[in-house]
Amino acid sequence: MSRATASLPRTVGAHAALLAYTAIALFPVVVIVINSFKSRNAIFRTPLSPPTSETFDLIGYTMVLNQGDFFLYFQNSLIVTVASLFLVLLFGAMAAFALSEYRFRGNTLMGLYLALGIMIPIRLGTVAILQLMVASGLVNTLTALVLVYTAQGLPLAVFILSEFMKQVSDDLKNAGRIDGLSEYRIFFRLVLPLVRPSMATVAVFTMIPIWNDLWFPLILAPSEATKTITLGAQLFIGQYVTNWNAVLAALSLAILPVLVLYLIFSRQLIRGITSGAVK
Amino acid sequence: MGSLTIDKVKKSFGRVDVLKGIDLAVNDGEFVVFVGPSGCGKSTLLRIIAGLEDSTSGRVLIDGADVTVTPPANRGIAMVFQTYALYPHLTVRSNMSLGLKQIGTPAAEIDRRVTAASTMLSLEPYLERRPAELSGGQRQRVAIGRAVVREPKLFLFDEPLSNLDAALRVNTRLEIAQLHRRLKATMIYVTHDQVEAMTLADKIVVLNAGRIEQVGAPMDLYNKPANEFVAGFIGSPRMNFIDAAKLGEGQAKTIGVRPEHLTVDTGSGAWKGTVVHAEHLGADTNLYVETEKAGLLTVRIFGVYGAEAGSTLYVTPDPQRTYRFDADGKALA
Repeated sequence: MSRATASLPRTVGAHAALLAYTAIALFPVVVIVINSFKSRNAIFRTPLSPPTSETFDLIGYTMVLNQGDFFLYFQNSLIVTVASLFLVLLFGAMAAFALSEYRFRGNTLMGLYLALGIMIPIRLGTVAILQLMVASGLVNTLTALVLVYTAQGLPLAVFILSEFMKQVSDDLKNAGRIDGLSEYRIFFRLVLPLVRPSMATVAVFTMIPIWNDLWFPLILAPSEATKTITLGAQLFIGQYVTNWNAVLAALSLAILPVLVLYLIFSRQLIRGITSGAVK
Repeated sequence: MGSLTIDKVKKSFGRVDVLKGIDLAVNDGEFVVFVGPSGCGKSTLLRIIAGLEDSTSGRVLIDGADVTVTPPANRGIAMVFQTYALYPHLTVRSNMSLGLKQIGTPAAEIDRRVTAASTMLSLEPYLERRPAELSGGQRQRVAIGRAVVREPKLFLFDEPLSNLDAALRVNTRLEIAQLHRRLKATMIYVTHDQVEAMTLADKIVVLNAGRIEQVGAPMDLYNKPANEFVAGFIGSPRMNFIDAAKLGEGQAKTIGVRPEHLTVDTGSGAWKGTVVHAEHLGADTNLYVETEKAGLLTVRIFGVYGAEAGSTLYVTPDPQRTYRFDADGKALA
């Protein structure tokens, strides 16, 4: 098939580049997943070969699942991620709406101030955050993590969403005002559905660092009852002996929920990326 | 039940004065069109009437009640927007009934009004569709229907035809005119298109640079423009303005003649000139003639007129229908 818009060498070149990138991106994940199904000896002897009937071993998974608390870790991670995500999206969208919709003194300054957090890593403030959490008695609670992650995710959310909110037609909002909708109804019923693709984009960017974070769970909530999955998986990494079967199994399991969340958002995400490209 | 008074309304955005003191009275049942070039403040004035924008000073009265600080929903108005502004996630029926639901109108009454409006605008087959499934003309009819069901004291139209193609624009214009005749409601309509203004209005308000230039019936504005701006804005093609000094006219600064009030002759006439360009439209012919005495003139001839670029013609103005303007642009009697 020959078309005016594509030549064979160019197509081959593009696919080669994309396939190479895909292989590089997927390689570590695939290695983790295939080795999690192998016996300890096989992991070290042939780390790159898929499990065969001799080397196939579920010991890692049984260890992880029998380590009773693992479901709790999972649950903690999910609670923290979903709660932070919800708060980031809610408050981020609300702030973005206010910044893009209302003209008030200091509007631009406020926008810049809210976006400042993108440039300053929140971890710089760890000591102060810890002191704050100790003082307010929130150490070793999931609330502490939710609060920190909400603060961490907000700057980018406000920044991206306010750009998108500016594109929502003024006429539509005004039509709502004439029909007697409150500002909250205009925000939730008219504006939010229209910026849904950008919300999905922000959700993915916010969710992944939270799910993978080791730093704050280790510092703010290391107790048995509040461990997250990434912190829980460290249990199997010892100073002298590391239980690789269990570590790999735990990591493989940890990929699943975030993958599911990603799939939920990805349909919207693609629309978010292409929005504006075609009418 | 639908009069409007605008009392010394001013509006500034920062240091820019967009409206410099507007006084206007609109009677019940009138169709008033605000017309003017872009940036003249006509949309801002409409938004102040709607309550979507606060005026810097001055008052707005609807039916004698001061609504200057009343929120839009409580002013008894309905508005039709240029971009239709339909709620994308709601069906046509819900789009039309949302405003009534908000104020707690009984379901039976909502149903009655939606049915009546959709019959009037032939929208019945589309009631359960969403805006995305409708064409531009249908969407604008839904937007008009949404205004009609509210049974407002005042209809506000913000350039409702600008997004439609030429053929639909004429149809929708006709529908709006019929709607006004049937409902006998007060309507305020903003446009930059003087043809829409002339065809729809009982009363035209010509705005320029934040001021009202003239208010009057379409034919008054056409026949008796108060100043050079109105004379140039109303009428298409535009009125010819000729430097009075060239013609040896004493008191006036500028002489205005409409293209349709000029006649041409190949043998003799007032001003000799050369045809620069000819536009043959069938019903009329527009000639652009470079005259020796009066400069470039547009001449509109009814019917077909065979003239090609480069030919020599004599142009003569109708002496009864020339306008004279002083140095400030004011019309002289």
